[in-house]
Amino acid sequence: MADFDIDLMSCPLPKMDYDTIQLAHGAGGKLSADLIDKIFIPRFGNETLDKLEDQAVLNIPKNKIAFTTDTFVVDPIFFPGGNIGELAINGTVNDVAMSGAKPLYLSVGFILEEGLPLETLHIIALSMEKAAKQAGVKIVAGDTKVVNRGSCDKLFINTSGIGIVPNNVNISANRLTPGDKIIISGSVADHGMAVMTTREDLSFKSKIKSDTAALNGLVEVMLNISEDIHAMRDPTRGGVATTLNEFAKQSDVGIQLYSDKIPVKHDVKGACEVLGIDPLYVANEGKLIAVVGSEIAENMVEAMLKHELGKNASIIGEVVNDNKGIVVQQTGLGVNRIIDLPVGEQLPRIC
Amino acid sequence: MKYLDEFRDPKIAKQILAEIEFTVTKPWVIMEVCGGQTHSIIKNGIDQILPKEIELVHGPGCPVCVTPLEIIDKAIEIASTPNVIFTSFGDMLRVPGSKKDLFQVKSEGGDVRIIYSPLEALKIARNNPEKEVVFFAVGFETTAPGNAMAIYQADREGITNFSELVSHVLVPPAMEALLSSPKNRVQAYLAAGHVCAIMGWWEYDPIAEKYKVPIIPTGFESIDVLEGILLAVKQLEKGEYRVENQYLRAVKRGGNQPAQNIVNTIFEIGDRKWRGIGEIPQSGLKIKEEFSKYDAELKFAVDNIVTQESELCISGIVLQGLKKPHECPAFGKECTPSNPLGATMVSGEGACAAYYKYQRIRNG
Repeated sequence: MADFDIDLMSCPLPKMDYDTIQLAHGAGGKLSADLIDKIFIPRFGNETLDKLEDQAVLNIPKNKIAFTTDTFVVDPIFFPGGNIGELAINGTVNDVAMSGAKPLYLSVGFILEEGLPLETLHIIALSMEKAAKQAGVKIVAGDTKVVNRGSCDKLFINTSGIGIVPNNVNISANRLTPGDKIIISGSVADHGMAVMTTREDLSFKSKIKSDTAALNGLVEVMLNISEDIHAMRDPTRGGVATTLNEFAKQSDVGIQLYSDKIPVKHDVKGACEVLGIDPLYVANEGKLIAVVGSEIAENMVEAMLKHELGKNASIIGEVVNDNKGIVVQQTGLGVNRIIDLPVGEQLPRIC
Repeated sequence: MKYLDEFRDPKIAKQILAEIEFTVTKPWVIMEVCGGQTHSIIKNGIDQILPKEIELVHGPGCPVCVTPLEIIDKAIEIASTPNVIFTSFGDMLRVPGSKKDLFQVKSEGGDVRIIYSPLEALKIARNNPEKEVVFFAVGFETTAPGNAMAIYQADREGITNFSELVSHVLVPPAMEALLSSPKNRVQAYLAAGHVCAIMGWWEYDPIAEKYKVPIIPTGFESIDVLEGILLAVKQLEKGEYRVENQYLRAVKRGGNQPAQNIVNTIFEIGDRKWRGIGEIPQSGLKIKEEFSKYDAELKFAVDNIVTQESELCISGIVLQGLKKPHECPAFGKECTPSNPLGATMVSGEGACAAYYKYQRIRNG
């Protein structure tokens, strides 16, 4: 359980009848109620959740609503820079926020493996509480299931989220137009390499930390500069390369990346070199790619640079008419290479 | 990044390129032996900026690509055996055998694990004494010392539930086999830098002399490759042929002696099949008799499996430098990285995969 937030230690696990998750914790009886009363309500409670109804009833303005769901199965569940709990909050907040929406409400579904230490669940709930507070969202519905030992790996978390889309905002992967600029909010590949270098059978140690963070605050800053953001996504699984390929295909345009403009931290780059992995294909959990008209790109980057999560923002390329559906990057020697979709998992090379 | 960016500096690259242009007066065919060099050439677009006189052909130096189908089938057979933990470097898992690949074995319940060093496989064996742990020991002289060390340590510690499925190949015999072929077009070699870091370059002196070809042990960054080409072209233009070391920061004439010692302790030279090329005498390593209890082929009795290669795939001809990947009728059609017919399409270092990844744009 390396490297979790020291703040989380200040709130000890409440006294409970068992130290580990039992099948009965998911059976709807006394132990289920115990879990809800002692771990979930104290962490996630609010006027909606506290009612313990079968559903949340919410007042929502007459706007467009953004709605998303995501399931988190990361292994290991604790990794440098975060854990599965805050990832589950931030990931869904980000998916909502990428539409330009202000995320408001989340649901949380846990699938717990029999035998999971309650202490582990408690620490994860604490960091979810903290992440939800930071993102300004409320957890208004939840569910817990317990499965036999071996039927899942420690715990899986599903979160769904809804948010309100401002009236004039229309962000979509099919709105890229030739001439648009591609902006990235910071350095790439931190999360994927943090997880990869923590897995037990890797023999080298690194200090790479996950970048998991909720991006809705940064999005708000960006919408203040202009509501006319054409496309926006957080490049998670498959990394920057995958997101840009999705953009190019959905808008039927080409994307030209400039040579050596994509920021990669020194140690992340080193780990990628050692394992033979291209950082463009590695997951991020606290970065966004935005596509905007060239006339507002500079102002947008300037505003992002002032925000903690955008302080390394930069323009990394542009939308072009050539090579429709394809992403190309100029090499240092001035010729273009294709940045293709990855095939399956990133596999380390032999030598 | 220090020690890397210096060797990727576009300004220096352009200076070397200008010198190549100044030196070259007639057409030359140069083969880069190692898949890592092929990858760097295609990734950086070096083949696109060279003067038209220079043709680069991609050599047989990708360990994934030259591992014969037969060995993949043996690996699949062993990995499907109950109570076995089968460990491998990552990119071997996607290489198609005659019926399936190792990923499929994994999805069917086989315990197949990606590791980064054979010593990790040994650790798994130590921690799971009730299981048989097998490591897929493929590659060139570069991976041989680590694979030898795992057997050496297993023997010293008396670990009996560990073995290796060995398909080790040696570079110099393959280079010589290509040169002695009547269809040979290669006029100079960029030798594989990391192989030379282990083995040194003294082995190449007689080859350069006998076949009258310049041999340049070369590194992997864009500057390395360009400088290697420059050294080769200078010799070619002057009618010279000798070994000239470009990769000075990693390669010494005698190589890495401790690494060679451990290899010679565990392995001995023997005949080896190469995928797409066939059997080359004295071109591989096999486990010595005294360590045969660590030989997975014998332990799991798979030494009798024999497999024929696919007829549609021309990877053997590509590996010999006789055809370019896109000249294969199946390239990009029946054969893609997500559905590879041959190993050269599987590994990122394989010539076909490298072409597919970076060059479709040029070929429409």
